[in-house]
Amino acid sequence: MAVTLKNLIKTFGELRAVDDVSISIQDGELLALLGPSGCGKTTTLRAVAGFVELDSGTVHFGDRDVTRVPVHKRQVGMVFQGYALFPHLTVAQNVEFGLKVRGWERPKVRERVAEMLDWVQLGALSERRPRQLSGGQQQRVALARAMAIRPDVLLLDEPFSALDAKLRLQMRTEIRELQRSANITSVFVTHDQDEAMAIADRIGVINHGRLEQIGSAEDLYQRPVSRFVAGFIGKCNFLEGKVTGSNRFETAAGQALQFSGDHGVGAAALCFRPEHARLAATGSAAGNSVAVTVKLVTYLGPSTEYELEADGGVKLLVTAASIEGRAARNGERMALAWRTEDSFVVAG
Amino acid sequence: MRPGRAIYLSYVIAALMFLAAPLVVIVWASFFADKTLSFPPSGYTLHWYARAWELEDFARGFVISLQVAVCATFTSLAIGVPASLAIERFRFPGREPLRHILLAPMYVPAIVAGAAVYLYYVQVEISTGLQLAATFPGLLAAHTLVALPWTLRLVSASLASTGSNAEEAARSLGANAFQTFFYVTLPVIRPGIIAAALFSFIASFTELELSLFLVGPGKTTLPIAIVNYLEWNLDSTIAAVATVQILIIGAALLASDRFVNLGKAF
Repeated sequence: MAVTLKNLIKTFGELRAVDDVSISIQDGELLALLGPSGCGKTTTLRAVAGFVELDSGTVHFGDRDVTRVPVHKRQVGMVFQGYALFPHLTVAQNVEFGLKVRGWERPKVRERVAEMLDWVQLGALSERRPRQLSGGQQQRVALARAMAIRPDVLLLDEPFSALDAKLRLQMRTEIRELQRSANITSVFVTHDQDEAMAIADRIGVINHGRLEQIGSAEDLYQRPVSRFVAGFIGKCNFLEGKVTGSNRFETAAGQALQFSGDHGVGAAALCFRPEHARLAATGSAAGNSVAVTVKLVTYLGPSTEYELEADGGVKLLVTAASIEGRAARNGERMALAWRTEDSFVVAG
Repeated sequence: MRPGRAIYLSYVIAALMFLAAPLVVIVWASFFADKTLSFPPSGYTLHWYARAWELEDFARGFVISLQVAVCATFTSLAIGVPASLAIERFRFPGREPLRHILLAPMYVPAIVAGAAVYLYYVQVEISTGLQLAATFPGLLAAHTLVALPWTLRLVSASLASTGSNAEEAARSLGANAFQTFFYVTLPVIRPGIIAAALFSFIASFTELELSLFLVGPGKTTLPIAIVNYLEWNLDSTIAAVATVQILIIGAALLASDRFVNLGKAF
């Protein structure tokens, strides 16, 4: 079922936690809300669930306006941070909870619970208590419990934060597969860009309560619309300066560079990704190039990272495959070159 | 062992001995055979336990104390659990003042509170003709005051430590407010409620100063019966009664410690 958020606003005192957020989520889509902690992503998710009373804006599940519908009548499945399983109930009792309070008949409940535990492959553990389960198992119970009620939308609040690094990788693939197999419209909140890029169909980047940009991982990485998105999704180099004309940029140090895309004249920053630039003995005629001093070389195995300093003390970062040429040495003067197509400009 | 740790340990042991010594002495003295308390004892006997039970004041005081303590425990739970829930789970104006008003009986010296409650009861009787002083309901109301801060403190601590996550999960699964409370909140904080009940019971059962103002003739509680007896007698009956009281309270504490980590409640 499609979910439509229109102009959501929520203030806590002086703070605008959610500031005019509008998102259309397609049926079966997995959307990630990504942002630093305190950015309003969780409040947005809780508004969809119905835990947060909005100052204004509307939430639709399909054609149904649920803005004023209380949580327990909204038909949302929610997986909480830390899972919030009922500690006094067994796995099976946790999963059947939503069905029992809905007054389902006993045989139907049993059938559905078996089906859900099968889906998350926990049938053998149905009589265990939550504290007897591993983190990954607890998460699967939380997912089965949320999905048992056949929700219109599945909401996941930092679903992987309680897991250790290795399990996190495994569980995110698993959750992605389960989400696909159930074809359920889903929204998950995370502060981890890798997580968002790995499993989401689209990512909404939120900062200070505002939706900065929404799009596929590729869109956000290659065409970020703001300095925040550019810096938050992956690593990025910024050269401060101003746009002087069509595709023309001038650094604070007065050097002329070129960029692709459209941007109005005025103060701005030219950005490029660390892996898009090359270190060379001398600059090339085509594309952009700046003179740099090598400050620190970090060998990372498959790649090597170079910390550089351009004129005016601007710090830049470059990564290159380790096999390419000889490694630069600390203190060496070199030229850094990158293509116009890999240069984009964000507002200063 | 490092010297710092040795000093620390001996300090802890000394403090524990200081606390436990009176209890040990009382239990010991309850077996002394002498007619008046004297040391060293000439022999040992169980006579005083039999005598304590034969003395009507103690037997009756025990029953009244038990009745009041049980009733006060239930009334303080009936008030304290909803109050804790409101204070811990909702934001409303006057929330903090309400918490402190409900905890206030813990801060006010019991003797002062007793005088105040007594004067209040007299005023009520003057203006409405309803007698509260020297009645069971009057005593029960006062003991509920004594028990309430314990209930509030322990249940609030339990609610705070479990958080509202499970309740929100229940709501999202379709449970209304009542279903959420009875199927999730209550079972989750059950250890806290049991601890609150036991502490409330103990607070009421051992309460002396407040009750002094409020009991009627022939309807005294056990602690008052003990004080009355001590005024004219100095034999081991008191020690025997005290030993029984210590055993009851000790059992209650041990039981509650099984359900909750009491250290976390304060």
